[in-house]
Amino acid sequence: MIVFDQVQKSYQVGGRAIPALHPTDMTIETGEVFGIVGHSGAGKSTLVRLINLLEPPTGGRILIDDENITDYDAAELRAFRRKVGMIFQHFNLLSSKTVADNIAFPMKLAGIYSKAEIRDRVEELLARVSLTDHANKYPSQLSGGQKQRVGIARALACRPTILLCDEATSALDPQTTQSVLKLLADINRELGLTIVLITHEMDVVRRVCDRVAVMDAGEVVEMGPVSEVFLHPKHPTTRDFVFESESIDRDELQEDLSKASGRILRLTFKGESTYKPLLGSVARESGVDFSILSGRIDHIKDTPYGQLTLSLVGGDLEVAMQALKAADVHVEVLR
Amino acid sequence: MEDLLSNVDWTEIGWASWDTLVMVGMSLLFSVLIGLPIGVLLFLFGKRQLLEQPVAYAVLSFVVNVLRSVPFIILLIVMIPFTVMLIGTSLGVAGAIPPLVAGGAPFFARLVETSLREVDRGIIEATQAMGASVKQIIFGALLPEALPGIIAGITVTAITLVSYAAMSGVIGGGGLGDLAIRFGYQRFQTDVMVITVALLVIFVQVLQMVGDRLVLYFSRK
Repeated sequence: MIVFDQVQKSYQVGGRAIPALHPTDMTIETGEVFGIVGHSGAGKSTLVRLINLLEPPTGGRILIDDENITDYDAAELRAFRRKVGMIFQHFNLLSSKTVADNIAFPMKLAGIYSKAEIRDRVEELLARVSLTDHANKYPSQLSGGQKQRVGIARALACRPTILLCDEATSALDPQTTQSVLKLLADINRELGLTIVLITHEMDVVRRVCDRVAVMDAGEVVEMGPVSEVFLHPKHPTTRDFVFESESIDRDELQEDLSKASGRILRLTFKGESTYKPLLGSVARESGVDFSILSGRIDHIKDTPYGQLTLSLVGGDLEVAMQALKAADVHVEVLR
Repeated sequence: MEDLLSNVDWTEIGWASWDTLVMVGMSLLFSVLIGLPIGVLLFLFGKRQLLEQPVAYAVLSFVVNVLRSVPFIILLIVMIPFTVMLIGTSLGVAGAIPPLVAGGAPFFARLVETSLREVDRGIIEATQAMGASVKQIIFGALLPEALPGIIAGITVTAITLVSYAAMSGVIGGGGLGDLAIRFGYQRFQTDVMVITVALLVIFVQVLQMVGDRLVLYFSRK
């Protein structure tokens, strides 16, 4: 468990303290995939670097499994960092070392593994990230996705309990992003590793995260389970991210809504109810007519969800709303 | 042909070439041995680097700058008492080596500093995140990553030392430069001058070629 207790960070610029992270309380549970989303400059990079003290905090305490890591001396800190893997946007592989040597590097630095142990572990990790055939290549000979898989294997070498991902998919194309995210999800599930992932893409959060914190101007403005934050965003920044990820143009949406007649509802389905033939039966029972203004059916991690914006005309609106609510659909009246 | 090169004594040329080779080789060795650690320290003490030390950086940087700003021909003369103290003579091949190192080491140190700065900061950060100590970062990541740049720096230093070694002929340093000055210049033996210059050109060409090959071999980018 990672606990932030009034953690803050500011930088000294020309004698003035510029805050990068305002005092923040946060708890990341063991074994979860925790996303931190924010625009560039929102402080998410700083936040993730506080967890392995690449950036020391200027205030507050960071507890990891009930130990205050801000009290560590240099040797303790080095030992602690071995238990926290990290992957990066630009991979940060050593260009002078082969794939196998890059993966072995953290184990060699640790100085507590025998040659045979290192060799076996490297082989195992190469297989896990499906790069066995590329063991003796240099990073420059690999594609972006392959480089990131080397990065992941390297981060896992010393069997960490926490994996930090700093915009790990931002330099990758959509298809490669997909496969890297799948790998991260597999690792989380199979190894029970806690993953803290920062990104500026809500889509990444939607695919792999259990919980998410939204950051804006050095502050966590919204935090909660991904389905909650994603389907019912409260803070304007969060809404921006959700709209962005669904590529919805707000002005267009407003225009569409203004053209529609009757009541406008937004229905949110989650889990099983997503697949039920609900709308037809509700329309028959209540006598309302509906038209769909916008909609999306997708998954949040492994849970299916749907979100539809409807305009309803005629019939008994109350009955329709009751029927929807009874079927476990979240109903929001937009107009 | 005989007439054209009437003044050229090939045995003399051979020995002079050998002397130049020894002077450049020895001074390059010591320049690298002394310049490399100084370059690493300059890098580490620099602004926003691993061991940021503004005062230590300023002092080291000042010493390097002083040695680099003195024209080599002056450095040769200024160094004479020190050279005599160190190895007993300021003449010949041995006497030329201390001033060559005094000129070559700070030059190489700056080149090392520059090539270390070119290592991606992300790699240093990643190595730090693995729990590496400063020593491990230097030997495990920084130096291997900067190796092609450092080899290029050694090449440039070697070539600079060839021309410095030729200059040392002025204070009786020996080698091809000495030959060029004593025969080519003072005795107006143009043919000797041409041959020595040609040999120096070939020498520099070979150094550059070998250096480029090595850089290519160690570059994995």
